[in-house]
Amino acid sequence: MGSVSVAPVEIERPETGESPYAVAEPDVPWVTLVHNDPVNLMSYVTYVFQTYFGYPKDKAHRLMLDVHHKGRATVSSGSREEMERDVQAMHGYGLWATLSQDR
Amino acid sequence: MAGHFEPLAGGGAAVALDEVEISILRSLAVQLLELIGPGEADGPDAADPLARLFAEGPSEPPADPALARLFPDAYGTPGAEQDRQERAHAAEFRRYTENDLRARKREDALGVVRSLDGLTVAGDGVAVLRLDPEGCRQWLGALNDLRLTIGARLEITDEDDGEAFYRLPDEDPRKPMVMAYLWLGGLQETLVEALTA
Repeated sequence: MGSVSVAPVEIERPETGESPYAVAEPDVPWVTLVHNDPVNLMSYVTYVFQTYFGYPKDKAHRLMLDVHHKGRATVSSGSREEMERDVQAMHGYGLWATLSQDR
Repeated sequence: MAGHFEPLAGGGAAVALDEVEISILRSLAVQLLELIGPGEADGPDAADPLARLFAEGPSEPPADPALARLFPDAYGTPGAEQDRQERAHAAEFRRYTENDLRARKREDALGVVRSLDGLTVAGDGVAVLRLDPEGCRQWLGALNDLRLTIGARLEITDEDDGEAFYRLPDEDPRKPMVMAYLWLGGLQETLVEALTA
Protein backbone atom coordinates (compact mmCIF):
# COMPACT_ATOMS: atom_id res chain seq x y z
CA MET A 1 0.00 0.00 0.00
CA GLY A 2 1.37 3.37 -0.94
CA SER A 3 1.29 6.56 1.04
CA VAL A 4 -2.08 7.77 2.12
CA SER A 5 -2.93 11.17 0.77
CA VAL A 6 -4.99 13.63 2.73
CA ALA A 7 -5.52 15.77 -0.31
CA PRO A 8 -9.14 15.93 -1.43
CA VAL A 9 -10.17 13.67 -4.21
CA GLU A 10 -9.84 15.40 -7.56
CA ILE A 11 -13.27 16.43 -8.67
CA GLU A 12 -13.73 15.56 -12.26
CA ARG A 13 -14.31 18.67 -14.34
CA PRO A 14 -15.92 18.52 -17.73
CA GLU A 15 -13.25 18.97 -20.35
CA THR A 16 -14.36 21.94 -22.36
CA GLY A 17 -10.96 23.01 -23.53
CA GLU A 18 -11.74 26.50 -22.26
CA SER A 19 -11.08 28.06 -18.92
CA PRO A 20 -14.21 28.39 -16.78
CA TYR A 21 -13.81 32.16 -16.98
CA ALA A 22 -14.60 32.07 -20.70
CA VAL A 23 -18.23 31.53 -19.76
CA ALA A 24 -20.10 34.82 -19.92
CA GLU A 25 -20.96 36.10 -16.47
CA PRO A 26 -24.33 37.83 -16.49
CA ASP A 27 -23.29 40.57 -14.05
CA VAL A 28 -20.29 41.65 -16.09
CA PRO A 29 -21.41 44.50 -18.35
CA TRP A 30 -21.07 44.49 -22.10
CA VAL A 31 -19.79 47.43 -24.08
CA THR A 32 -20.33 48.85 -27.53
CA LEU A 33 -17.09 49.75 -29.30
CA VAL A 34 -16.93 52.02 -32.33
CA HIS A 35 -13.87 51.48 -34.51
CA ASN A 36 -12.00 54.01 -36.60
CA ASP A 37 -12.38 53.93 -40.35
CA PRO A 38 -10.91 56.26 -42.95
CA VAL A 39 -14.19 57.13 -44.67
CA ASN A 40 -16.62 58.35 -42.03
CA LEU A 41 -16.48 62.11 -41.50
CA MET A 42 -15.53 63.29 -38.02
CA SER A 43 -18.50 65.66 -37.95
CA TYR A 44 -20.83 62.82 -38.93
CA VAL A 45 -19.52 60.49 -36.21
CA THR A 46 -20.03 63.25 -33.63
CA TYR A 47 -23.53 63.86 -35.00
CA VAL A 48 -24.39 60.15 -34.66
CA PHE A 49 -23.22 60.03 -31.02
CA GLN A 50 -25.32 63.11 -30.24
CA THR A 51 -28.38 61.95 -32.15
CA TYR A 52 -28.55 58.29 -31.16
CA PHE A 53 -27.14 58.32 -27.63
CA GLY A 54 -28.31 61.83 -26.81
CA TYR A 55 -24.81 62.74 -25.61
CA PRO A 56 -23.98 66.43 -25.21
CA LYS A 57 -21.79 67.82 -27.98
CA ASP A 58 -18.65 67.88 -25.80
CA LYS A 59 -18.92 64.20 -24.89
CA ALA A 60 -19.82 63.17 -28.45
CA HIS A 61 -16.83 65.14 -29.78
CA ARG A 62 -14.45 63.60 -27.22
CA LEU A 63 -15.64 60.06 -28.07
CA MET A 64 -15.20 60.80 -31.78
CA LEU A 65 -11.61 61.97 -31.12
CA ASP A 66 -10.95 58.75 -29.17
CA VAL A 67 -12.18 56.71 -32.13
CA HIS A 68 -10.02 58.78 -34.45
CA HIS A 69 -6.79 58.82 -32.43
CA LYS A 70 -6.96 55.60 -30.38
CA GLY A 71 -8.61 53.50 -33.08
CA ARG A 72 -11.74 52.82 -31.05
CA ALA A 73 -13.88 54.09 -28.21
CA THR A 74 -16.37 52.60 -25.79
CA VAL A 75 -19.56 54.47 -26.52
CA SER A 76 -22.05 52.64 -24.29
CA SER A 77 -22.30 49.83 -21.74
CA GLY A 78 -25.09 47.66 -20.39
CA SER A 79 -26.67 44.27 -20.91
CA ARG A 80 -25.80 42.17 -23.93
CA GLU A 81 -29.27 42.80 -25.40
CA GLU A 82 -28.90 46.56 -25.00
CA MET A 83 -25.47 46.50 -26.62
CA GLU A 84 -26.73 44.43 -29.54
CA ARG A 85 -29.37 47.10 -30.05
CA ASP A 86 -26.73 49.85 -29.98
CA VAL A 87 -24.43 47.97 -32.38
CA GLN A 88 -27.31 47.41 -34.79
CA ALA A 89 -28.12 51.12 -34.64
CA MET A 90 -24.47 52.05 -35.28
CA HIS A 91 -24.43 49.74 -38.31
CA GLY A 92 -27.58 51.49 -39.49
CA TYR A 93 -25.68 54.78 -39.39
CA GLY A 94 -22.75 53.14 -41.21
CA LEU A 95 -20.39 53.22 -38.23
CA TRP A 96 -18.16 50.22 -37.62
CA ALA A 97 -19.23 48.88 -34.23
CA THR A 98 -18.85 45.67 -32.25
CA LEU A 99 -19.89 44.54 -28.78
CA SER A 100 -17.86 42.61 -26.27
CA GLN A 101 -17.90 41.77 -22.60
CA ASP A 102 -16.00 44.30 -20.54
CA ARG A 103 -13.52 42.10 -18.68
CA MET B 1 -25.99 77.43 -52.15
CA ALA B 2 -24.62 75.40 -55.07
CA GLY B 3 -22.96 72.17 -53.97
CA HIS B 4 -23.73 72.53 -50.31
CA PHE B 5 -26.69 72.17 -47.98
CA GLU B 6 -28.07 75.04 -45.96
CA PRO B 7 -30.42 74.82 -43.00
CA LEU B 8 -34.10 75.62 -43.52
CA ALA B 9 -36.10 77.59 -41.00
CA GLY B 10 -38.22 75.14 -39.01
CA GLY B 11 -35.90 72.18 -39.58
CA GLY B 12 -34.68 70.42 -42.67
CA ALA B 13 -32.15 71.53 -45.24
CA ALA B 14 -31.94 72.63 -48.87
CA VAL B 15 -29.39 72.35 -51.66
CA ALA B 16 -29.29 73.63 -55.22
CA LEU B 17 -28.43 70.94 -57.77
CA ASP B 18 -27.93 71.23 -61.50
CA GLU B 19 -29.09 68.64 -64.01
CA VAL B 20 -25.74 66.85 -64.17
CA GLU B 21 -25.51 66.61 -60.38
CA ILE B 22 -29.09 65.32 -60.15
CA SER B 23 -28.36 62.68 -62.76
CA ILE B 24 -25.11 61.55 -61.07
CA LEU B 25 -26.72 61.38 -57.62
CA ARG B 26 -29.66 59.41 -58.99
CA SER B 27 -27.39 56.99 -60.82
CA LEU B 28 -25.26 56.44 -57.69
CA ALA B 29 -28.35 55.87 -55.51
CA VAL B 30 -29.73 53.35 -58.02
CA GLN B 31 -26.38 51.54 -58.09
CA LEU B 32 -26.46 51.43 -54.29
CA LEU B 33 -29.95 49.89 -54.45
CA GLU B 34 -28.68 47.27 -56.88
CA LEU B 35 -25.73 46.50 -54.63
CA ILE B 36 -27.89 46.11 -51.51
CA GLY B 37 -30.22 43.86 -53.48
CA PRO B 38 -33.94 43.20 -53.53
CA GLY B 39 -35.85 43.11 -50.28
CA GLU B 40 -37.45 40.02 -48.82
CA ALA B 41 -40.74 41.78 -49.62
CA ASP B 42 -39.97 40.96 -53.25
CA GLY B 43 -39.21 37.31 -52.53
CA PRO B 44 -41.39 34.21 -52.86
CA ASP B 45 -42.90 34.74 -49.38
CA ALA B 46 -44.01 38.30 -50.14
CA ALA B 47 -47.69 37.44 -49.70
CA ASP B 48 -47.19 35.71 -46.36
CA PRO B 49 -46.55 38.18 -43.54
CA LEU B 50 -45.89 35.38 -41.05
CA ALA B 51 -43.20 33.84 -43.25
CA ARG B 52 -41.67 37.31 -43.65
CA LEU B 53 -41.65 37.79 -39.89
CA PHE B 54 -39.75 34.57 -39.33
CA ALA B 55 -37.51 34.80 -42.37
CA GLU B 56 -33.91 34.55 -41.24
CA GLY B 57 -31.12 36.54 -42.74
CA PRO B 58 -27.71 35.20 -43.77
CA SER B 59 -25.21 34.03 -41.17
CA GLU B 60 -22.07 34.64 -43.24
CA PRO B 61 -20.61 38.10 -43.93
CA PRO B 62 -21.01 39.25 -47.57
CA ALA B 63 -18.09 38.38 -49.85
CA ASP B 64 -18.17 41.78 -51.57
CA PRO B 65 -15.88 44.19 -49.64
CA ALA B 66 -18.32 47.10 -49.96
CA LEU B 67 -21.24 45.02 -48.66
CA ALA B 68 -19.02 43.61 -45.92
CA ARG B 69 -18.34 47.19 -44.82
CA LEU B 70 -22.06 48.10 -44.92
CA PHE B 71 -22.95 44.96 -42.95
CA PRO B 72 -19.99 44.28 -40.64
CA ASP B 73 -19.68 41.54 -38.02
CA ALA B 74 -21.00 42.61 -34.60
CA TYR B 75 -18.55 40.43 -32.66
CA GLY B 76 -14.78 40.25 -32.85
CA THR B 77 -11.98 42.77 -33.26
CA PRO B 78 -11.61 44.31 -36.72
CA GLY B 79 -8.46 43.06 -38.39
CA ALA B 80 -8.08 40.13 -35.97
CA GLU B 81 -9.13 36.52 -36.42
CA GLN B 82 -12.41 35.77 -34.63
CA ASP B 83 -12.47 32.96 -32.11
CA ARG B 84 -15.09 30.23 -32.35
CA GLN B 85 -17.49 31.92 -29.94
CA GLU B 86 -17.23 35.33 -31.62
CA ARG B 87 -17.90 33.72 -34.98
CA ALA B 88 -20.99 31.95 -33.64
CA HIS B 89 -22.31 35.12 -32.00
CA ALA B 90 -21.65 37.21 -35.12
CA ALA B 91 -23.48 34.65 -37.28
CA GLU B 92 -26.48 34.61 -34.95
CA PHE B 93 -26.63 38.42 -34.77
CA ARG B 94 -26.46 38.64 -38.56
CA ARG B 95 -29.29 36.13 -39.02
CA TYR B 96 -31.63 38.27 -36.94
CA THR B 97 -30.57 41.78 -37.97
CA GLU B 98 -29.15 41.90 -41.49
CA ASN B 99 -32.50 41.80 -43.29
CA ASP B 100 -33.75 44.79 -41.27
CA LEU B 101 -30.51 46.66 -41.86
CA ARG B 102 -30.70 46.02 -45.60
CA ALA B 103 -34.32 47.20 -45.63
CA ARG B 104 -33.37 50.42 -43.86
CA LYS B 105 -30.50 51.18 -46.22
CA ARG B 106 -32.70 50.40 -49.20
CA GLU B 107 -35.38 52.79 -47.91
CA ASP B 108 -32.78 55.55 -47.49
CA ALA B 109 -31.49 55.13 -51.05
CA LEU B 110 -35.07 54.94 -52.38
CA GLY B 111 -35.85 58.15 -50.51
CA VAL B 112 -32.98 59.85 -52.34
CA VAL B 113 -34.19 58.61 -55.74
CA ARG B 114 -37.77 59.71 -55.03
CA SER B 115 -36.78 63.17 -53.84
CA LEU B 116 -34.61 63.66 -56.94
CA ASP B 117 -37.44 62.48 -59.20
CA GLY B 118 -39.71 65.04 -57.58
CA LEU B 119 -37.48 67.96 -58.60
CA THR B 120 -38.40 70.46 -61.28
CA VAL B 121 -35.40 71.95 -63.02
CA ALA B 122 -35.79 75.67 -63.71
CA GLY B 123 -34.79 77.49 -66.90
CA ASP B 124 -31.22 77.91 -65.68
CA GLY B 125 -30.87 74.11 -65.33
CA VAL B 126 -30.89 74.25 -61.54
CA ALA B 127 -33.38 72.81 -59.05
CA VAL B 128 -33.59 73.41 -55.32
CA LEU B 129 -33.99 70.26 -53.27
CA ARG B 130 -35.83 70.89 -49.99
CA LEU B 131 -35.71 68.14 -47.39
CA ASP B 132 -37.77 67.80 -44.22
CA PRO B 133 -36.00 66.31 -41.16
CA GLU B 134 -36.90 62.73 -42.18
CA GLY B 135 -35.64 63.40 -45.71
CA CYS B 136 -32.40 64.75 -44.22
CA ARG B 137 -31.98 61.56 -42.20
CA GLN B 138 -32.47 59.43 -45.31
CA TRP B 139 -30.06 61.53 -47.35
CA LEU B 140 -27.44 61.49 -44.61
CA GLY B 141 -27.67 57.69 -44.41
CA ALA B 142 -27.55 57.20 -48.17
CA LEU B 143 -24.68 59.67 -48.67
CA ASN B 144 -22.72 57.83 -45.99
CA ASP B 145 -23.48 54.40 -47.48
CA LEU B 146 -22.41 55.68 -50.91
CA ARG B 147 -19.13 57.01 -49.53
CA LEU B 148 -18.48 53.73 -47.68
CA THR B 149 -19.17 51.82 -50.89
CA ILE B 150 -16.95 54.00 -53.08
CA GLY B 151 -14.30 54.01 -50.33
CA ALA B 152 -14.27 50.21 -50.42
CA ARG B 153 -14.07 50.20 -54.24
CA LEU B 154 -11.16 52.68 -54.14
CA GLU B 155 -9.59 50.60 -51.35
CA ILE B 156 -9.22 53.60 -49.07
CA THR B 157 -7.51 52.30 -45.95
CA ASP B 158 -5.89 55.43 -44.60
CA GLU B 159 -7.25 58.90 -43.91
CA ASP B 160 -4.33 60.33 -45.88
CA ASP B 161 -5.61 58.56 -48.98
CA GLY B 162 -8.26 61.27 -49.21
CA GLU B 163 -5.56 63.93 -49.45
CA ALA B 164 -3.62 62.01 -52.09
CA PHE B 165 -6.78 61.75 -54.18
CA TYR B 166 -6.82 65.52 -54.63
CA ARG B 167 -3.55 65.22 -56.53
CA LEU B 168 -4.50 62.36 -58.88
CA PRO B 169 -3.58 63.09 -62.50
CA ASP B 170 -6.53 63.48 -64.88
CA GLU B 171 -5.63 60.33 -66.82
CA ASP B 172 -5.89 58.12 -63.71
CA PRO B 173 -8.80 55.68 -64.26
CA ARG B 174 -9.92 56.20 -60.66
CA LYS B 175 -10.36 59.93 -61.19
CA PRO B 176 -14.14 60.00 -61.88
CA MET B 177 -14.89 57.85 -58.83
CA VAL B 178 -12.56 59.95 -56.71
CA MET B 179 -14.28 63.15 -57.84
CA ALA B 180 -17.65 61.64 -56.89
CA TYR B 181 -16.26 60.52 -53.53
CA LEU B 182 -14.95 63.98 -52.66
CA TRP B 183 -18.10 65.71 -53.90
CA LEU B 184 -20.35 63.39 -51.83
CA GLY B 185 -18.13 64.13 -48.83
CA GLY B 186 -18.78 67.86 -49.28
CA LEU B 187 -22.53 67.29 -49.56
CA GLN B 188 -22.55 65.12 -46.44
CA GLU B 189 -20.37 67.53 -44.45
CA THR B 190 -22.63 70.48 -45.19
CA LEU B 191 -25.75 68.43 -44.47
CA VAL B 192 -24.36 67.53 -41.02
CA GLU B 193 -23.53 71.22 -40.47
CA ALA B 194 -27.04 72.25 -41.53
CA LEU B 195 -28.59 69.76 -39.09
CA THR B 196 -26.40 70.78 -36.16
CA ALA B 197 -26.44 74.53 -36.82
